Amino acid sequence: MRRRYPTFLISVLAFGYAFLYVPIILVMVYSFNDSRLVSIWGGFSLRWYGELLHNEQIIDAAWLSLRVAVMSATAATVLGTLAALALTRMGRYRGRFLFTGMVAAPLVMPEIITGLSLLLLFVSLQDLVGWPNGRGALTITLSHITFSMAYVAVIVQSRLAAMDATLEEAAMDLGGTPFRVTLDITLPLVMPAMLSGWLLAFTLSLDDLVITSFVSGPGASTLPMVIYSKVKLGLTPDINALATLIIVVVTLCVACAGWLTLSGNAKSPTVARTHN
Amino acid sequence: MTGPTALPPRVDRWWRRTVIGMPYAWLLLFFLVPFLLVFKISFSDPIVGQPPFTPLLSPQGPGLFHISWDNYRFLFDDDLYLVSYLKSVHIAFISTLLCLLLGYPLAYAIARAQPPWRNVLLLLIILPFWTSFLLRVYAWMGVLGDHGLINNLLLWLGVIRQPLKILYTDLAVYLGILYSYLPYMVLPLYASLERLDPDLHEAAADLGAAPLTVFRDITLPLSLPGIIAGSMLVFIPAIGEFVIPSLLGGLDSLMIGRTLYDEFFSNRDWPLSAAVATVLLLILVLPIMVFQHFQARDQAGVQ
Repeated sequence: MRRRYPTFLISVLAFGYAFLYVPIILVMVYSFNDSRLVSIWGGFSLRWYGELLHNEQIIDAAWLSLRVAVMSATAATVLGTLAALALTRMGRYRGRFLFTGMVAAPLVMPEIITGLSLLLLFVSLQDLVGWPNGRGALTITLSHITFSMAYVAVIVQSRLAAMDATLEEAAMDLGGTPFRVTLDITLPLVMPAMLSGWLLAFTLSLDDLVITSFVSGPGASTLPMVIYSKVKLGLTPDINALATLIIVVVTLCVACAGWLTLSGNAKSPTVARTHN
Repeated sequence: MTGPTALPPRVDRWWRRTVIGMPYAWLLLFFLVPFLLVFKISFSDPIVGQPPFTPLLSPQGPGLFHISWDNYRFLFDDDLYLVSYLKSVHIAFISTLLCLLLGYPLAYAIARAQPPWRNVLLLLIILPFWTSFLLRVYAWMGVLGDHGLINNLLLWLGVIRQPLKILYTDLAVYLGILYSYLPYMVLPLYASLERLDPDLHEAAADLGAAPLTVFRDITLPLSLPGIIAGSMLVFIPAIGEFVIPSLLGGLDSLMIGRTLYDEFFSNRDWPLSAAVATVLLLILVLPIMVFQHFQARDQAGVQ
């Protein structure tokens, strides 16, 4: 027996999703506005997209952001996956409690504190050992690895926790060393989670403003830093165009990640329930 | 957090050391040590120099340790900081309530939808969360501005003659936080609502309970873990929010994240900023502990 879905709930859904999507759609629509005045429609035009291509400041910043995002997401995926293994497959060890706390804490820590603390670390390190020399792409990448590895760890950990360990135990009983078993059995099974972790780390890095502002040095402006300094003064049509491009790219990435997760879950149905 | 799985006794030591040691060392160096540094530097004096604060261990100073309480004294003497802390908690609280008011019906509606629809609806909740946070806040400038969507709509309908001032007020900050943090509220709520056994509703309804009674006596209490988790996930990061008050708020939307940012970048007073951050962390410890406590209890209940 199937009961009718209440009209009240349909209107809740309609209002909720309108609230979520109308502002974004508005930005996308106005990115095609010919008028320099952002609020007045002056006809359809692609001119702001064209101007983006000639804006060297934005292109440089985008290139820096992209490089940092690829490097930090890759390192964060490696470290985050190791952290997830250390939390689910390594039994008990000294300092496990502290470790659990350190993995979870970056998720709730205000960025402003993380940013300040990392800056103080880099300055003190430079004072003590002369490394890192100055601030820029390197310090930004190190900081992004630190906050995004927590997200990767959480995603991979939930997958590992839901996964049946009997396969790994069987492989061990058959004489596989823990290293081979992890490499041949565990990692292929958590690969979809690692990939979605990588994508999340990538978008988090691409998006971060506050931490980056603290740990960046002169001459190293990432895309969010450029966007923030422009947006602080109000709406601008070229930022509308940039926003539209970013939203389209990210949506495609998320669609890929969603597809990977779903196809991964199809292979091991127990995981599906834990992904919320 | 799940308990450690039973391990076969043969574990290569080097592999075990790598798996635990590498992320452990990284987090010690880049997470724990920096916090100790913030704490340490909050007790030093600002100087003109690089780095712009006095060392704690100074051989030429009056004593071996030089601890200065000046930053904390200043923090409580100057109204700006006290007002900022209070206002942050106030704004975060109201925004969390708004998130709950919109998030609960939304999560409930998703949990009651047909299973194939649920995944799509959830994905649509998460999707904006993936696109740039900064750009999503920016998008609201276009909705709330004097010539924004809301004002244009109201003017066109003839409800108002003059544009309402919404952008650069506290109301805009509430809406910005509500919008940006809504997924954090909906997901845990959905998780606890979806877990509810529909038979419970049926049984209560069969026994003659009115829909509202069923909701009040069954659905609401059983979804309490989701309410607490979601509220904490919104409340905790909202207190330290910087981008939203900076872009959408007015000059008087003093949230502590913004005050700290300005203190640091305009006045370049590093020790005072460190003291501001230390006090903020102390304010956050309580809600974080409440959150961890309920998470642990919730997880234990599931298994």
